[in-house]
Amino acid sequence: MTASATSAKPREVRDSVVIRFAGDSGDGIQLTGSQFSAASALAGNDTATFPDFPAEIRAPTGTLAGVSGFQLHFASRDILTPGDRADVLVVMNPAALAANLKWLKPNGILIANADSFQAKNLRMAGYAENPLEDGSLADYQLFQIDLSRLTNDALQGFGLSAKEVERCKNYFALGLVFWLFERNGEMVEGEIRRKFAAKPVMMEANLKVFHAGWDYGENTELFALSYSVPAAQDIAPGTYRSIAGNEATALGLVAAAHKAGLDLFYGSYPITPASDILHTFAGLKEYGVRTFQAEDEIAAICAAIGAAYGNQLAVTGTSGPGIALKSEAMGLAVMTELPLVIVNVQRGGPSTGLPTKTEQADLLQVLYGRNGESPMPVLAARSAGDAFDTAFEAARVAIKYRVPVVLLTDGAIANGAEPWRIPDVDALPTIEPNLLDDAAKLEGGPLLPYLRDVETLARPWIKLGTPGLEHRIGGIEKWDKTGHISYDPQNHHNMVKLRQAKVDAIAAEIPPMHLEGAPEGDVLVLTWGSPYGAALTAVRELQAQGRSVTHANLRWLNPLPLDLGALLLKFRTVLVPEINNGQLVKVLRAAYALDIKQYNRISGQPLSVMELRDAILNVLPH
Amino acid sequence: MTLATDIALKPKDFATDQDVRWCPGCGDYAILAAVQRALAKQGIPPHQIATIAGIGCSSRFPYYMATYGFHTIHGRAPAVATGLKVARPDLQVWVATGDGDSLSIGGNHFIHLLRRNVDLKVLLFNNRIYGLTKGQYSPTSELGKKTKSSPQGSVDNPFLPMSLAVGAEGSFLARSIDVDAKTLADVLAAAGAHQGTALVEILQNCNIFNDGAWDHLSSKEFRADQTILVEHGKPMIFGANRDKGIRLNGLRPEVVKIGENGVTEADLWVHDAHDEDPTRAFLLSRMEYPLFPVPVGVLRSVQRPVYDALVNAQVDEQKATRKANLQGLLNGRSTWVVG
Ligand SMILES: Cc1ncc(C[n+]2csc(CCOP(=O)(O)OP(=O)(O)O)c2C)c(N)n1
Ligand code: SF4
Ligand SMILES: [Mg+2]
Repeated sequence: MTASATSAKPREVRDSVVIRFAGDSGDGIQLTGSQFSAASALAGNDTATFPDFPAEIRAPTGTLAGVSGFQLHFASRDILTPGDRADVLVVMNPAALAANLKWLKPNGILIANADSFQAKNLRMAGYAENPLEDGSLADYQLFQIDLSRLTNDALQGFGLSAKEVERCKNYFALGLVFWLFERNGEMVEGEIRRKFAAKPVMMEANLKVFHAGWDYGENTELFALSYSVPAAQDIAPGTYRSIAGNEATALGLVAAAHKAGLDLFYGSYPITPASDILHTFAGLKEYGVRTFQAEDEIAAICAAIGAAYGNQLAVTGTSGPGIALKSEAMGLAVMTELPLVIVNVQRGGPSTGLPTKTEQADLLQVLYGRNGESPMPVLAARSAGDAFDTAFEAARVAIKYRVPVVLLTDGAIANGAEPWRIPDVDALPTIEPNLLDDAAKLEGGPLLPYLRDVETLARPWIKLGTPGLEHRIGGIEKWDKTGHISYDPQNHHNMVKLRQAKVDAIAAEIPPMHLEGAPEGDVLVLTWGSPYGAALTAVRELQAQGRSVTHANLRWLNPLPLDLGALLLKFRTVLVPEINNGQLVKVLRAAYALDIKQYNRISGQPLSVMELRDAILNVLPH
Repeated sequence: MTLATDIALKPKDFATDQDVRWCPGCGDYAILAAVQRALAKQGIPPHQIATIAGIGCSSRFPYYMATYGFHTIHGRAPAVATGLKVARPDLQVWVATGDGDSLSIGGNHFIHLLRRNVDLKVLLFNNRIYGLTKGQYSPTSELGKKTKSSPQGSVDNPFLPMSLAVGAEGSFLARSIDVDAKTLADVLAAAGAHQGTALVEILQNCNIFNDGAWDHLSSKEFRADQTILVEHGKPMIFGANRDKGIRLNGLRPEVVKIGENGVTEADLWVHDAHDEDPTRAFLLSRMEYPLFPVPVGVLRSVQRPVYDALVNAQVDEQKATRKANLQGLLNGRSTWVVG
């Protein structure tokens, strides 16, 4: 048999399912989860994932600190979030149960690796009694499965050590849930063959265990029925793949470099949750990408500034603590008016904070966290796939206006994957770097490194190495046009205004606000970043109930869209949900002097549809 | 690679029209003139050169050089220059930095630059003081030094920059004194020709805040007896009468008098700048006044793989062996079609 056979048992059709896998970080939970989501995407479902990592890579086995989770939402319709709570929870040990039971819906399916519910593991998870036996799980459909023993039984005769057998058990669980949700196993089989190509015994063992898991569902009487989630019908036509935000960010920037005809330089110092951008770039040298793993974040951005001066598309990426270190150099890029993209994959703060959890609390840091008047364009991606477009846009603007630009994403976007409609490279806009690369272009006049384009106020990006275009730049205030050092009072005033005007001018090319719902009404829910999906889902649910609610999302946080102020006035209430203590809301109140409402939960977790629905109901007229 | 031109260059081809703002009498003037002369002699035209500096009096250097130039932020010139050199290996890149700039705030970048062996020429203006901020002690100021920030005398133990650089795997280490035009010209020429990080420590007088800090080495009166010019392949001889030398007793250098106690030239330490083993370079870096004459010249010059060349070789190799296909990259490993 293969794990792609269909079940002979009765089946129930569901419109959407949220499944959460949890176990020790060494249990292969992230792999299990991503393989299930890839199979679901291939089956035509819309999907959204939320990996929930522990901060410790290898916390002691069986402890709460070591629990790793992966939540997947798959549906036969367009979905925008990984789901508030799970229909199915798969736990590999008592700690995983203790840490994750709160995410399971009442009457949800709970699949527990019963073997691991022994005295020592129970104690480490803080259980006095075995929860599988003391009746405390009566509100759920509990399925106790001896994963370790069954895996061991399946591998009789393979001659594997106990440890090796133990490492196969996640494939038993995966096989079982593949059966439960009628997923096609060919892709998993292919992955196993690829991954263990060098170790034929382990390859066979994992394939065997995967099939054994499937058979277990089909042949034992434990499960009376299986579930089917048909392919989604309301998804825009096109070719799709699954993509996580960090990879999308890197690809968006590579695409921009390609469209600008430039090589790309990425300076970075490893930091969670941004490191995967560095890893992705490091594998793309054939696209003219140079990565520099610097000694610290300061060196990373400074090297990028050097590369920008040397006419490459320069990028530096980090998380909030790294932005703190980069801020002096960010000011240097503002002063020298060089193109630079600064990626901040936000995580919980302050200080080291919650490295593996998501947050949106660096908005004010990137807007205002520098010495002097230091305006900088800021954009935020709203989802993993959107990170591609937003990164591309950040690079385009940096090159066109000769400015450093901040791109904000966050931990949830960085690691969460979603189906992504792959863009056609030929259809992406061309970026014109417009280098000043020939002294003849000066037509006999002097070289003026700070001469401004009348429309964009951009200064020339001078091709280094060109005879006759030698010039000096630096962080000291400069005379307009000549770029020479200047301490002149009126000149400084003018230059501060000019640098601001240059950033403000970008607003002219921001497209009009896109609204989901009526252009006026009771409530406008305004989001930026990752709460987009949950907010839009909540708004759609309320719209279906006939409530007067509209949703809009901001990609541009500086400058703000020109039509935003007028839009806010069209609603009785504007509600801004954020995973911070109220940052965008402060910016908006200051910009428009309006009484704007806020909703905030800062727990390191994405905002849920349920809480946002309640928050909106709270401000809707009763 | 940057190529010398046939057109003869003059020092003034490297001078800008900017007013030089250093204090009259500052050692930086002599260094600027020496660098402009060295570059003219080297023959690489100004447009193929970039001069990068941090912050400090010495870091004003790029404004006075008619090359491409970048006056960056305090301590970070090595990082900016590394990015530039990786992006533009076709340019020759010089870094100007002070003892505070490179050894305090920029200490981290300084050691990592040497470790990586990026192809940069670094001019370390060591005046043993923070000049621009008006006279605080620096990481090379001697213990007990009285400055505005150390009225009772500094209790901060100093670095020997050359010892630090040996420990950081520096491949080219040289030293000169601002007023020693001949040695300065020679070490600048050697630095220009070196592939990898070429560090030139220049003992520089700040006549405003630390006047005379190097007089014991720079004045004509003492120079011959209190410095030693080390030259590859030659025995270490010094002294106004060229009658003193350095002998190695195991790993312990000692000053000896030629002709006394049976000591002949054949007993002296013969300088091997190309010795792969850094032990002797370290011994040289420890030779300090007053126990020893202070070495000037090229202390160490070895060939090591060069960071920016390695980075670009990997890029070229990948470009040659794996065809770039952006659409394929976006498509990834597995796709599905809707509609
Ligand atoms: C972040 C930062 N901190 C402090 C300063 C102030 N500062 C400017 S130059 C300098 C020390 C310069 O000393 P050195 O590098 O020895 O250069 P010199 O002026 O002696 O040539 C200091 C502390 C600064 N510009 N930036
Ligand atoms: S303060 Fe010292 S180092 Fe600075 S310019 Fe004046 S003399 Fe030179
Ligand atoms: Mg100094």
